Amino acid sequence: MTALLSPRDRESPSPRDRKSLERASLKHRLAEKGVDRVLWLLVPGAVFVVLLFVYPFLYGLQLSFQPKGGGSPFQNYITFFSDSYLAETVWITLRLGLPAALFNVLASIPIAFRMRGRFRGKRALTTLLVVPITLGTVLTAEGLLAFFGPTGWFNRIWMALGADEPAKLTHNYWGVLFSLIITGFPFAFLLTLSYLSGIDPTLEQAAATLGASKRQRFRTITMPLLAPGLAVTFCLSFVLAFSVFPSAVMVGNPAGETHVMSIAAYETALRDNDFAMGSAIAMLMALVMLIVIGVVLIWRATLYRGATGGKG
Amino acid sequence: MNRVLSARPVVWLTWGALIFFMLNLVGIVGAVVTNSFAESWFGTWLPDGYTGKWYGEAWRDYRLLDVLVVTFQVAIAVVVISVLIGVPTAYALARRNFPGKKLLNVLFLLPILMPPMTYGIPLATVLYKFHLAGSMFGVIAANLVPAVPFVVLTMTPFIEQIDTKIESAARMCGANTVAIFTRVLAPLLVPGILAASILVLVRTVGMFELTFLTAGPTSQTLVVSLYEAMSSAGIRPQQMVDSMAVIYTGSMLVLLVIALRFVNPTQLVTRLKEPS
Repeated sequence: MTALLSPRDRESPSPRDRKSLERASLKHRLAEKGVDRVLWLLVPGAVFVVLLFVYPFLYGLQLSFQPKGGGSPFQNYITFFSDSYLAETVWITLRLGLPAALFNVLASIPIAFRMRGRFRGKRALTTLLVVPITLGTVLTAEGLLAFFGPTGWFNRIWMALGADEPAKLTHNYWGVLFSLIITGFPFAFLLTLSYLSGIDPTLEQAAATLGASKRQRFRTITMPLLAPGLAVTFCLSFVLAFSVFPSAVMVGNPAGETHVMSIAAYETALRDNDFAMGSAIAMLMALVMLIVIGVVLIWRATLYRGATGGKG
Repeated sequence: MNRVLSARPVVWLTWGALIFFMLNLVGIVGAVVTNSFAESWFGTWLPDGYTGKWYGEAWRDYRLLDVLVVTFQVAIAVVVISVLIGVPTAYALARRNFPGKKLLNVLFLLPILMPPMTYGIPLATVLYKFHLAGSMFGVIAANLVPAVPFVVLTMTPFIEQIDTKIESAARMCGANTVAIFTRVLAPLLVPGILAASILVLVRTVGMFELTFLTAGPTSQTLVVSLYEAMSSAGIRPQQMVDSMAVIYTGSMLVLLVIALRFVNPTQLVTRLKEPS
């Protein structure tokens, strides 16, 4: 082909050729930045996440500034904070979510610690600890009501041990807290275990040969390496506990002691059909959650986050 | 184990607490299972007599066959669609560095990090606005919101560890893009896709909030109709609700046992990549 072209043609390409050359070089430059045809694969995913997550979220956000009864755009938020029944839900939710997440994380540290390494029955024990995931909130709630109820097995043993009256553990704060621990503990435990098994055991062995006691090894080797993982575990456990809904209704006292934010949001949006106010509460829920997670993650940023020597 | 047996009080405390937790758990599950087989049970250690009739009645009264069919349809649809959308996305995210990748990563992380109630209520509002809520379509769409990001997050590290040289080699040998995807990548991806699908299946069957917010009478999954049965329990005996709960837990247990054959227990929770 080239042989047929005159030398002049070769020196200055025809406009059409130049255009295609430019296009080619643009394509080339884009490809260097990682933009090429492969990115078309992102289209379904991106469209999906924008359509079903970003758009509804923004829609809810702007809806929350359009109160049903008119008035100032911030009316829904003003109502929320001036109505003590609604404003209280923030503290009620935090009072349930923070202790539950903290307990789940703290309790899973020593147990995960014992489950490191290999021993007989490890898989069985892990599976046993995972089983609560299958229970679902309703069976847990039914079980808590039956087991911890005034005439349940727990209180029968409690009374047989010499208590004067049955402990009141259902239809109040404690019932919901127990249900959060039962459903949340497996998650926290599995995460902690995976973080812990990512720490190279030779680091501890090295410390031991240098004469560090068990306590010293735990405090100066294992804990600093584990702490960032624990922060993430705490965040995820908190998110789980924070969105408590079914158990707060069934084992709690949904009109009083355990009137959590998700109940308030659900009731205003779908029972009272005030979607604007319901969205406002949902947005506040997201905000409170982001604040707590933000604080934890800022603390996490101050920790050592280098290689743990292991696979993690 | 020998070391543990000869250890200090802290260790004993740990195992003691674990055993206490397990005993309570057994009590909680046991109470429900016992009650589901009880003739009647009021204020005694054990029920007066045992019967299996509640299972039959619950099966008929709550139309459990229909509910199970709906649950199955929703779960399968969510799994298939989330894999179809999620795997290509994960491939592009794993293979390319492009401007805006961080933003996209955050967008795919948020639906997993946020409590379902926070985005579920605006989502339900939008679905009601377009008259999509209350149908199977609405339930499937709502359940896809956390499912697709979950597939993306599970598959991205999986695809990253497949050597790009394999693809280049296939291209050198004259395979076109379609052939590379169907004959080279797909077989390599099957284990990852299988793990992701079973995890999405377990999570969808157990997902309460999103289904609850968007389901109508004919599109309830097992969890939601269980919740409805319990909140309107007054009319029917408690044992029926309990036997339904046992059926739910039984089917979840079967799914979990299947899942654990393919995946590591820690993967059940989440597969977050450490942000560096």
